[in-house]
Amino acid sequence: MTEDGCLVGEFFFSGNEACTEGAISAGCRFFGGYPITPSTEIAERMSERLPEVGGAFIQMEDEIASMAAILGASWGGVKAMTATSGPGFSLMMENIGLGLMTETPCVVVNMQRAGPSTGLPTLTGQGDMMQARWGSHGCYGIIALSPDSPQELFDLTVKAFNLSETYRLPVLVMSEAAVGHMYEKVVIPPPGEIEVVHRRKPTVPPEKYLPFKPDADLVPPMANAGEGYHFHVTGLTHDERGYPASSVEVQDKLVRRLVDKVYKNADKIIEVEEDRVDDAEVVVCAYGISARVSRIAIEHARDMGIRAGLLRLITVWPFPEARVRDIARQVKAFIVPEINYGQIALEVERCAGGAARTILVPHMGGGVHNPETILDVIRQAVR
Amino acid sequence: MKAMTGPKEHPLDIYLRAERLPHIWCPGCGIGIILNSFFRGLMESKLDLDKVVMVSGIGCTGRAAGYVNLDSFHTTHGRAIPFATGMKLANPELKVVVFSGDGDLFAIGGNHFIHAARRNIDMTVICVNNFNYGMTGGQLGSTTPLGARTTTSRTGSIEQPMNIPYLAAASGAVYVARWTAAHVGKLERTITEALLKKGFSLVEVISPCPTYYGRMNKQAAGLEQMRYYRDNSVIKHGIDPKHAAIEYQGEIIVGKFVDIERPYLPYPQDREWQINLR
Amino acid sequence: MADKFEIRICGFGGQGVILAGFILGQAAAIFKGQDAVFIQDYGPEARGGACRADVVISDQRVLYPYITNPSLLIVMSQVAYDKFSSQSDNDTLLIVDEDLVEVGAARWKRVLSIPATRMAEELGRVAVANIVMLGFVTAVTRVVSVEEMKQSVQASVPKGTEELNMRAFESGYAYGLEKLQFRPEQE
Repeated sequence: MTEDGCLVGEFFFSGNEACTEGAISAGCRFFGGYPITPSTEIAERMSERLPEVGGAFIQMEDEIASMAAILGASWGGVKAMTATSGPGFSLMMENIGLGLMTETPCVVVNMQRAGPSTGLPTLTGQGDMMQARWGSHGCYGIIALSPDSPQELFDLTVKAFNLSETYRLPVLVMSEAAVGHMYEKVVIPPPGEIEVVHRRKPTVPPEKYLPFKPDADLVPPMANAGEGYHFHVTGLTHDERGYPASSVEVQDKLVRRLVDKVYKNADKIIEVEEDRVDDAEVVVCAYGISARVSRIAIEHARDMGIRAGLLRLITVWPFPEARVRDIARQVKAFIVPEINYGQIALEVERCAGGAARTILVPHMGGGVHNPETILDVIRQAVR
Repeated sequence: MKAMTGPKEHPLDIYLRAERLPHIWCPGCGIGIILNSFFRGLMESKLDLDKVVMVSGIGCTGRAAGYVNLDSFHTTHGRAIPFATGMKLANPELKVVVFSGDGDLFAIGGNHFIHAARRNIDMTVICVNNFNYGMTGGQLGSTTPLGARTTTSRTGSIEQPMNIPYLAAASGAVYVARWTAAHVGKLERTITEALLKKGFSLVEVISPCPTYYGRMNKQAAGLEQMRYYRDNSVIKHGIDPKHAAIEYQGEIIVGKFVDIERPYLPYPQDREWQINLR
Repeated sequence: MADKFEIRICGFGGQGVILAGFILGQAAAIFKGQDAVFIQDYGPEARGGACRADVVISDQRVLYPYITNPSLLIVMSQVAYDKFSSQSDNDTLLIVDEDLVEVGAARWKRVLSIPATRMAEELGRVAVANIVMLGFVTAVTRVVSVEEMKQSVQASVPKGTEELNMRAFESGYAYGLEKLQFRPEQE
């Protein structure tokens, strides 16, 4: 452990533990949450770790309050996070919208379980992927990441904080029970080797500060409460001063920017992993645990002489539209295994635009695809 | 040197975002009077204005945050208190004031109120209670007196209303007071006390809503409601707030009901304290 | 995938089955440097009923972290035996706590047993039965080395109990070596 309380070294960690340590290493110093399987271990570990690093932990009365609390903490000048699962994620939606509208940096971890409703609390799922994109009302850009191992839960939690501070919005870590509850080796590098980004501060004096006037990258510099700027923040449609403005012109200017700050920076945000896509005739497009088990199917397919490849979505939102469009011109089919009955497959199909077939391989919540099932679909696709 | 002709500066100007005026509140509404008392109470408290934050929810009173020249946050309906809780715990040197309405704080946000009071979070909550939902057109609220007419209880409410000071005291608030918009001087002094109180303080202020509640209940002018408050308020400091329930057109018990000490959050120097515990 | 080694440890809640799985996985992943995944059984039945811990160890990355047919099945209760034994084939090495599990007829080609719970009682703490079992497993399988397993035990047991747990480990290990003398065909 370093002097400031960050862990360094090799650990045999669950995904939930790795996620917690990723947050600590990224500088998270506030956690507000509510117990819910399968994310609870994150709150438990945070309650021990945050006091060790000078941070604050609070168990709120519900997930609505948890989400509100991390927004308040972020404006208080502290990097903040919550973690939840399906039912809690649904309750957080309104305040995720407030975070988007008020451009509040924070991280929301969703350890997905099988739904709808209470569903299968202890068992895995990927059914909240579209909710992550569109779950709060209105139009906005969003960032969501999907890790496939405890190590990547550490890495992507750090990345989620960096993206949230860079682009000023809630960033979603859309993990799954399967990864959160899996133990594996996790390597935590020394603090100097972990890139940590902090929000851009205003460079003008308070009387000249316009809290919602963006820089060239469409992101406004952010003052924290208590720094003497005396700014106003509202979930109402607002102008660059932060003042409510009931006009369609202001609405267009603001909301278009909230969408564009994600899409126009998409090249900098999006991260995918490609494995043998260059010569592929069929590409499996997957994320999280589904991408992990898909590798076995791809290996077997290659052994059989089928040119299969993998496009793993590390960033699920914004969706890597351009890359899928490119690959569509080269392949016969995309195969999309996911633990739901078709969500990301719809995006793949949209971007493929008829140039290649999209074949969904659905799996019920509660379990993970057998690689054989994915292999069978790969074989049918090239027949 | 200042010009001698223009309008004289008002001592409360520094607290207002003058460029945002005129405000949205109706003629005869009590929120402006209460906000004025808040400013005077804040001035008297001598708190550093750079460190005072106002958080509000949604509704007529929720708009107050938009007019105050402080760091101010207009959040979602009912969620001002948990937002403020996160901010206070993240940065204990801030003085966090929640300024919102009865519907926001006690109907949709009721559970958050209970838990913030139970935890004794160091914040001040000022609740403007006008007995109905003004912003959406005068509907029944959790504070609407039994028998009072609203746009969703046309023949009179059949529900028992909430007794706010009683709930606050039972939940663990260390400072609980109630005044009406007709008690500006007393309200100012109470607000100063509440702001300087360590722990969770609640100030309920009964306010006219002539446009809806008043019109539906034979007090169509704000002045009539103010007169009713003046004639029917009874000051009973220290009374058990269970006896402070409000009945339709009945007397209104006002005063300071609770002023006690107990450990609060964030605990002073809590970081060192927590580390020392280990 | 011949290089993949699947281990299931099962018993009833409170026997330390989950901790045993964690220690085994950690020994392989951190102290031996192989790729290892440990997954515990979640759910209400983990508290009192049959519970299990699954460990998959490989020289390559473990892509599929679930057990299909365990190479090694360690059983510490009858309920767990009845529930989980059917998922194994004849090549599975079965290790049982002989006082707590009655093994069905001639179903198994390779069975080893140890009175782990009784031995733990003799050491003064029934709670270390899981560590006695790990000592035994280390002796008879060499899935990880003695040193690797000991390091993992030391790093995982509650502070102040290291010495007791080391004694538990050593007694299980010695019992295993003794058994091997009579079962030289075991790896």
